[in-house]
Amino acid sequence: MSQSNTFTLDGKTIPYNEGQTIIQAAMAAGVYIPHLCFNPEFKPHGSCKLCTVKANGRQTASCTQHPAPGMVVESDTIEINDERRALLQMLFVEGNHFCPSCEKSGNCQLQATAYEMKMMSPHFDQFFPDRMLDASHPEYLLDFNRCILCSLCVRASRDVDGKNVFALSGRGIKSHLIVNAKSGRLADTDFSGDDKAAHVCPVGVILKKRVGFTIPIGQRSFDEQPISATPHPQGACPVGPRSNTATLPPHPTVKGG
Amino acid sequence: MVSPIDTHAAYLNPILSVHRHNANDLLQILIKAQEHYGYIHSDAIDHLSSQLQLPRSKIEGVAGFYSFIYLQPQGCYRVLFSDNITDRMLGNMDLMESLCSQLWVEPGKISEDGLLSVNTTSCTGLCDQGPAMQVNNIAINRLSQSRVNAICELIRERVPLSAWPVEFFAIEDNIRRPDVLLDSQFKSGSALHALLQHGTVETLQQIKTSKLRGRGGAGFSTGMKWEFCREAEGEQHYVVCNADEGEPGTFKDRVLLNGYADMVFEGMTLCARIIGAKKGFLYLRGEYRYLLEHLQAVLQHRRHQNLLGNNILGNSDFNFDIVIHLGAGAYICGEESALIESLEGKRGTPRNRPPFPVTHGYLNQPTVVNNVETFAASCLISLHGGEWYAAIGTDTSSGTKILSVSGDCERPGLYEYPFGVTVAQVLTDCGAVNTQAVQISGPSGVCIAPDEFNRCIAFEDIPTAGAFMVFDQSRDMFEVARNFVHFFKHESCGFCTPCRVGTSLLSNMMDKLSAGHGSPYDFAEIEKLNVLLQSTSHCGLGHSACNPVLNTIAKFRPAYDKRLAHKDFVPAFDLDVALSQARQMTGRDDTGAHLERSHESK
Repeated sequence: MSQSNTFTLDGKTIPYNEGQTIIQAAMAAGVYIPHLCFNPEFKPHGSCKLCTVKANGRQTASCTQHPAPGMVVESDTIEINDERRALLQMLFVEGNHFCPSCEKSGNCQLQATAYEMKMMSPHFDQFFPDRMLDASHPEYLLDFNRCILCSLCVRASRDVDGKNVFALSGRGIKSHLIVNAKSGRLADTDFSGDDKAAHVCPVGVILKKRVGFTIPIGQRSFDEQPISATPHPQGACPVGPRSNTATLPPHPTVKGG
Repeated sequence: MVSPIDTHAAYLNPILSVHRHNANDLLQILIKAQEHYGYIHSDAIDHLSSQLQLPRSKIEGVAGFYSFIYLQPQGCYRVLFSDNITDRMLGNMDLMESLCSQLWVEPGKISEDGLLSVNTTSCTGLCDQGPAMQVNNIAINRLSQSRVNAICELIRERVPLSAWPVEFFAIEDNIRRPDVLLDSQFKSGSALHALLQHGTVETLQQIKTSKLRGRGGAGFSTGMKWEFCREAEGEQHYVVCNADEGEPGTFKDRVLLNGYADMVFEGMTLCARIIGAKKGFLYLRGEYRYLLEHLQAVLQHRRHQNLLGNNILGNSDFNFDIVIHLGAGAYICGEESALIESLEGKRGTPRNRPPFPVTHGYLNQPTVVNNVETFAASCLISLHGGEWYAAIGTDTSSGTKILSVSGDCERPGLYEYPFGVTVAQVLTDCGAVNTQAVQISGPSGVCIAPDEFNRCIAFEDIPTAGAFMVFDQSRDMFEVARNFVHFFKHESCGFCTPCRVGTSLLSNMMDKLSAGHGSPYDFAEIEKLNVLLQSTSHCGLGHSACNPVLNTIAKFRPAYDKRLAHKDFVPAFDLDVALSQARQMTGRDDTGAHLERSHESK
């Protein structure tokens, strides 16, 4: 590996291929950079900003920033982790996240990343937004209270399923997830449990019904090991309803099913 | 019997044909479709969805982004009060209250008879002749109690907008100090003739020699931008004029488009010749919708003069035309990559950059995006040469800058100065007395106190897109900052976490301070929020959202201190207020239903 296609991440030399972004190269090298809207299977989006790093002294989202030869990248620093914690706190107060009563607890990337970043309180005043629940679909429940607007379901449905079941509407703090139906109900879309979009939610918005507690809390992905030690929690394994393998950690939603 | 979808097809099909069923024109189609019912009917989306082959979710997603596109019924008269701080200073809130009480409607709602809906909107660019409003997207200036009374009567009598007194719509230019641009007596075609005479290479060289920098605020070298775009490979090149003049306090582009449109379009045509573009767009903010017919007429006239269209001035290889796209109430679309997204009929979310528009712009093709004033200035350079232009202004800021002056002064309006003019000079010229502060370049710019009035308007000192809002000693600078913070909250696109949530948090903190529940702790919190937004936000809106507060805390601390009931920590949570719902439900308001402390303070 020549010097020309490596950069350093917190002092460690990381090789990269042309076209890879910083986080993609870091993941391939087994180095964890906190993230939520990034999923290695999808085109980077760059919206949650959790993966912010300092590249040659300038802060940037590592999921969209391409490395340059010899670039000096800092990620696991007190300053950056403080900022990540504040971003997580923002996501917590913006929605309604009640981990103890959430069936995604233990499989939730927001929760796991908050533990990883040692977030002890929401810090900011809660917004307590009034958000809907959509239980119209026979197999799946949508709990918009937990949406962090990462748009992974939007991308999965559009780019993989070719369906456009999900989209973002509204603007600013009123941005929200919508579904592709005149009624606004999931049951009236062509959504299916076999869709990629059914399995990419990093939090607890898109939930398969009647299996929420099949795996007890305490024995779930992030109960067993922290998110930083769980390689590619949302994507490296082929995701699908029956994709569990012995060698790779199971997909959080899959584990429930 | 006519089915619901046929009803909509009748008015939608002509719109769709004009736009050749092009999904890139979705926003334009929605704007026109809305004129039929005053909102986008749910059945209309079915028809658009099938005709444009776009999912409903995409159409609703786009519609939901823009303030002036409605998915729910609105009043027959949609009344929006401009809510910039300058409108506030001229009493817009009292006028809105008066209109609402006369017509029995609440702000943010529709009257029970469906006659009207009333709300506020971000600065509509009439700060020199406010308070301003828009009725069904058409601008009305100089609101007074009598004008509001007359408007109430017209609405009550259901007089169509076209029959309202013309003086309500008489928007003024108010040019107070013209310089080389505003005084140029420009002859249409002259700059193009000069270009054809000197050639594109030489003219581009002149633009570079002139050291012209973008007038939208960022100040990128225009010559370099055009050169990068000219050299970038692509199937098509595009020229885009950014007339989404949304920065509160700025209104120079409105005047340029009203009185100098020929010059602006000619500047775009110069650029097109230099970069090899066949198509250009003028992205006109929705608030300037009333200028559309005028601008279309100027374009048509230029086509007749052979200054646009095919074989321009007899050159068989010179084909270029301009299309006007309307915005629909989204400040963020003034950011060039968000503007391009909007031109493509999408939600106006800023793109990840690089790549930049010069290589990957409209439809991912090389695109020049420049401000209205930049294009107009390029005509002067084509006519008089780069050295002539570079000699005006300062070394690093050549040429002139048009300032939009408003607020507490005798003569608000447009002032064009060579770069390097001091703030004090502008204040003298506009007749400002007892000035406490000047907000330069709008909420995202800087707030200047009297000890800085000797500073200069120039890229090397105070860069500006043009806004110059004056506040005299009677004004409360805390309220100025609070107004700006609310603006950013309303206009954040919501894409990235820090800006989406941070602008709301900041707005809540300012409201908390305003309600007397603040403490010095909140200042430290605002400071922390600023660092976070600066370092992690996706675009300039988030980067600058805390500026108004930080600037005013630093320079006008007493305005904040007087709101601190406590010099130490005070919990934001008010127990007595929290009980109000319980009181309401039980119908109680006696002593026992209140907490002791707050009862005593009554």
